[in-house]
Amino acid sequence: MTLDVARVQKDFPILDRAMPGGGRLVYLDSAASSQKPQSVLDAMTRYYETTHANVHRGVYGIAEEATRLMEEARDKVGRFIGAGPSHEVIFAKNGTECLNLVANAWGRANLRSGDAVLLTEIEHHANLVPWLMLREQLGVELRYIPLGDDGHLDLSELDRLVDGVKLVAVTAMSNVLGTLTPVRLIADTAHAAGAVVVVDGAQYAPHLPTNVGDLGADFFAFTGHKLLGPTGIGVLWGKTELLEAMPPFLGGGEMIRDVRLDGFTPNELPWKFEAGTPPIAETVGLGAAVDYLEALGMDAVRAHEVELTGYALRTLAARFGPDMTIYGPTEPAERGGVISFAYKDIHPHDISQVLDQSGVCVRAGHHCAKPLMRRLGIGATARASFYVYNDESDVDALADALDATSAFFS
Amino acid sequence: MGLEDLYREIILDHYRSPRNRGELESPPAVRVEGYNPLCGDEIVVYLDVQDGVVADLKIGGQGCSISQSSASMMAAAVKGKTVPEARAVIRAFKAMMSIHEQRLDADGDDAAEKAAAEMAEVKLGDLEALQGVVRFPVRIKCATLSWNTLQQGLDEAGAAQAG
Ligand SMILES: Cc1ncc(COP(=O)(O)O)c(C=O)c1O
Repeated sequence: MTLDVARVQKDFPILDRAMPGGGRLVYLDSAASSQKPQSVLDAMTRYYETTHANVHRGVYGIAEEATRLMEEARDKVGRFIGAGPSHEVIFAKNGTECLNLVANAWGRANLRSGDAVLLTEIEHHANLVPWLMLREQLGVELRYIPLGDDGHLDLSELDRLVDGVKLVAVTAMSNVLGTLTPVRLIADTAHAAGAVVVVDGAQYAPHLPTNVGDLGADFFAFTGHKLLGPTGIGVLWGKTELLEAMPPFLGGGEMIRDVRLDGFTPNELPWKFEAGTPPIAETVGLGAAVDYLEALGMDAVRAHEVELTGYALRTLAARFGPDMTIYGPTEPAERGGVISFAYKDIHPHDISQVLDQSGVCVRAGHHCAKPLMRRLGIGATARASFYVYNDESDVDALADALDATSAFFS
Repeated sequence: MGLEDLYREIILDHYRSPRNRGELESPPAVRVEGYNPLCGDEIVVYLDVQDGVVADLKIGGQGCSISQSSASMMAAAVKGKTVPEARAVIRAFKAMMSIHEQRLDADGDDAAEKAAAEMAEVKLGDLEALQGVVRFPVRIKCATLSWNTLQQGLDEAGAAQAG
């Protein structure tokens, strides 16, 4: 099955919007947040127009309907990542909150001063700062798998690093370099050392067929808005026995079975971790996003992105040669559709600003991965990233706009 | 709203050949770092204050054309000035960077007048080329980074002398 990109593009209304220069929107920032197909927008609107009520509370019809829609979305999302029972799928407000949930609920219950946690040098701040906070608060020791010069993690010291650690938290795909990490290998090594494995799937789940069991994860976190879904919804999958043994994270309504003046009994999974009124419409929207991606086929999505990334790497190399540095692995099959680059001596901010004149949207900055930037010896990169609605003409538009940038600053 | 409003010729000139780049030995000079957490730009201001005068000032670090040219023009504008004069230039520049936002704000008339008064106090000269930045709100922080860093440097230099 191959992706019919021209048809996919018709499903994304934003691609038709008018642009100040009269051109079209060339959206190359899906690694920051993806656009939404009409079906997602419709599902959310329909929910508000016909069904909205608070969930898990009302006995009346539409409240039951709203509850059913939300729980159906949970089932769909679980199937999408190859999860077992749906109670292992927890909704939170974004990927960041999911990782904070693990660090706080699992971390505080299981980590003591001096315990070691293993991360990597390429983590997003979302999978870094929660652990740094535990370092400050509990005195846990943090270790890091280094980045090799080939854009891959350097696993040569993995056995030594993993020795004695209680938890390993690793991204499945770098949001800066596009690097696909050997999650399974790291997970197997970690398990052999008795550690729990947390996988940050924020960049992975939207772009590759995902099976949490095959990855060897104990926890897997991702975020709806990068996966054609709405903002305000994140997903944490975790193994039942781990989730059962953890204390709750946030306290409030929904997450309790009983409350007395001198204590409380937490609810059962998954609601134990869903304090307060959940983002109901957002779960419905995420369910529709998952439906949309499954109809395309995640194998086809991945194949399209490998092909487009290959085209981009070839095109940029041919047109800009030594004037451009592209970070990360050189083989499209070993990376996602995320291309961070430096061009001449032009600062990424200035590149992004001039590209904007041509309707080309790329991200400039440290991409919430400052330790990685330091490791690369740079302050910032410009980053173009692809999704199902991008095609070769977008890459060509990027290259043309880069020519204009060069003309402007030389 | 074209790019020419942002990237005026004089800005590009300061970006291509920045003035007062380098380091001063510290101490005696004060060394202050400024970060733009949004984009990762870093600036280092070396400040040598003697007898209440900014005797010398050097700029290090890395950043985009706006932050670098702003720092370069800033160095040229405050070098040789007394500390109160330098502070007046900082106020005037920051007022220029805020004036557009205040005009958009219906309740901002008093603030806008105050900003205009602060700007009238000093001649900004070349620095006025940076006025176009206010139409690109995300870039305002690029333009003000070196100024906030300088302000901190003046505070530290003052404290060092008092102590
Ligand atoms: C690798 C990675 N992890 C985590 C996140 C956090 O996602 P969110 O900002 O939705 O919380 C992001 C995106 O910003 C990411 O790229």
